[in-house]
Amino acid sequence: MRSIILAGLCSAALLTGAAYAQSGAPIKIADVAELSGGGATVGNNWKNGIDLAVEEINAKGGILGRKIEVSHADSQSNPGVARAQVQKALDGEPYVLLGPGYSGSVKVTAPLAAEAGITQIMGGEAAELTQAGNKFLFRTSFGQQSSMPKVAKYINDELKAKSVAVVWVNNDFGRGGRDVITKEFNRLGIKVAADLSTEAGQADFAADVSKIKAAAPDAVFIYVNEEESARILKEIKRQGVTAPLIGETTLVGQKVIELAGDAANGARGHVGLTTDAPVEAVKAFRDRFVKKYNYVPDHNGLKGYLAIYMVKATTEKMGKVDSKAFADTLHGLTIKTSAEPNILMDVTFDQNGDIDRQGFLVEVVEGKQVVKQVLPKLN
Amino acid sequence: MSNLLDLIVAGLATGAIYALVAVGFTLLWQTSQTINFAQGEFVMLPAFLMLAVMHLGAPFWLAVLVGIALSALLLGLAFKMLLVDPMLRHGVLPLAIATMALAIGIKEVVKQFFSAEASPFPSIVPVGDVSILGRAISLQSLGVLAVAILAVVGLTTLLNRTSLGHQMQAAAQNPTVARIIGVPVERMILLTFLINAVLVALASVLITPIYLAKFSSGEVLGQAAFIAAIVGGFNQVRGAIAGGLLIGVVDNLAAAYVSTQYRAAVPMLLLILMILFRPQGLLGRAEERTV
Repeated sequence: MRSIILAGLCSAALLTGAAYAQSGAPIKIADVAELSGGGATVGNNWKNGIDLAVEEINAKGGILGRKIEVSHADSQSNPGVARAQVQKALDGEPYVLLGPGYSGSVKVTAPLAAEAGITQIMGGEAAELTQAGNKFLFRTSFGQQSSMPKVAKYINDELKAKSVAVVWVNNDFGRGGRDVITKEFNRLGIKVAADLSTEAGQADFAADVSKIKAAAPDAVFIYVNEEESARILKEIKRQGVTAPLIGETTLVGQKVIELAGDAANGARGHVGLTTDAPVEAVKAFRDRFVKKYNYVPDHNGLKGYLAIYMVKATTEKMGKVDSKAFADTLHGLTIKTSAEPNILMDVTFDQNGDIDRQGFLVEVVEGKQVVKQVLPKLN
Repeated sequence: MSNLLDLIVAGLATGAIYALVAVGFTLLWQTSQTINFAQGEFVMLPAFLMLAVMHLGAPFWLAVLVGIALSALLLGLAFKMLLVDPMLRHGVLPLAIATMALAIGIKEVVKQFFSAEASPFPSIVPVGDVSILGRAISLQSLGVLAVAILAVVGLTTLLNRTSLGHQMQAAAQNPTVARIIGVPVERMILLTFLINAVLVALASVLITPIYLAKFSSGEVLGQAAFIAAIVGGFNQVRGAIAGGLLIGVVDNLAAAYVSTQYRAAVPMLLLILMILFRPQGLLGRAEERTV
């Protein structure tokens, strides 16, 4: 009889232990980002944003009582490497996959995550990414289909421009942006005075700027990556082009301002996320980030940070850690700052994984981003 | 028409920088049969050396001078003694391959120690325009053109008007005879390596404010200067100058009137045509094969 009681007690102890291990095991999240190569600025900001959010959440006891454990892998800013790293990360059966930041890398990795049924929260902005019917892919910032109409409207309503030169980079990101904005210009009756395709990594923009000068547009829309933005801004200043320069985050980001110096002054753009936003929660985030890393993050730092709080809010909404139900829960979900203050601004996710949130129109004034207009959330 | 003038002026300014780099190609080839495939990285590196000196608190002008001196030491003296001398005795091809490896090595070291991201670099010429014949011409373009022309004129004066230059030419044209008549051939060869190092450092100061300091920026430059040297004439300094200016202008006109995607192909096409119909280049001498 004594042995039966003993066995019973042992079994009970083992079962309790197993149950405890199940509920207390850390939530594994995998991140694949551009930690080296051309996109190192993007990837490292993204990673640091993630780490800051994880540290905050774990310090408060984690999500539903479970700590978060994040692994970071380097895509080297190369879609081929990104694909291999994502495959490796998925083999580890993560709860959610984060990254990459480059649209080209997202494009080749998204089918892998979808096939594994794992939600992928990424930083890419190319319009086509969320238009392929992938039910597991979510953005952390606006896609081009959300941001470009706002830029076109600003050029039409505020600048009253009748003709625009469009400068774009010949890759997935640039082509996507150019296609959407050209369609918007056509709709608004704005003439595309020059349609200039440039190459990724292009060093010399003298000929492109000469063409802009010859076309004499009312405004210039620039949609190239950060380094090329800096080079073309310098060349535009060198050749004395005076038309207003409009773009997106990649024209007015911190790195562009650092590289282009005075030439960046006057450039205007729509940004979905900026640490200069007139929002108290964003300012507080910026202070916490600067305290931890000793530099001011760009929008990618915000994206990484928000990705983790998207995971937290969605999981708490479900009331359980369930990777299979995660995507379904996030579709159509609105996360309010009243419920989750660290989501920083109210945000809604639609059925494609695109987001609706307030945005900003900024201008570079004396080497600093100045928010000129707040564009409200649509719904 | 005014657009064409702008394109030609900007093309000449870029071409002048290509010319400086291409002259280095021809100097090294003439004196030591070295085809330096790391020439583009030789232009990229001095900018980072100068930035490193500026990080230590030195003003820009001092950083430029120290950068040129370090360039002479590393890309002139050390390059010759540690890579060219040991490899050249095995033939031109192993040396050419060794310089390719050196190019990769320099890029990776810069990436490791600085970063993969681009950095801004100050310009020695202020931003602004100057009016010439009623046309606003960029001061930067003119400044780049002026510095490059001064460097080339200085070099050609040294080569053609001074005893040292004549000794260098003698060492390049026929080292055996030059030795017999008392020319210190080894010292002359070393001098050409030092001159090349100074030219690339100068090109670095001129081009980096436009291209930004980045580990990979030498790739485009090295290729353009190599094409310029062949198109102009690999065995003539004046050929390299003409080739550099021509490639600069052709590249700009191609980007404007053909397409940006095919701009890199147009100088290549010129290179192929030149090899097919005038292998010695525009101003080069035809050479007989010795074997």
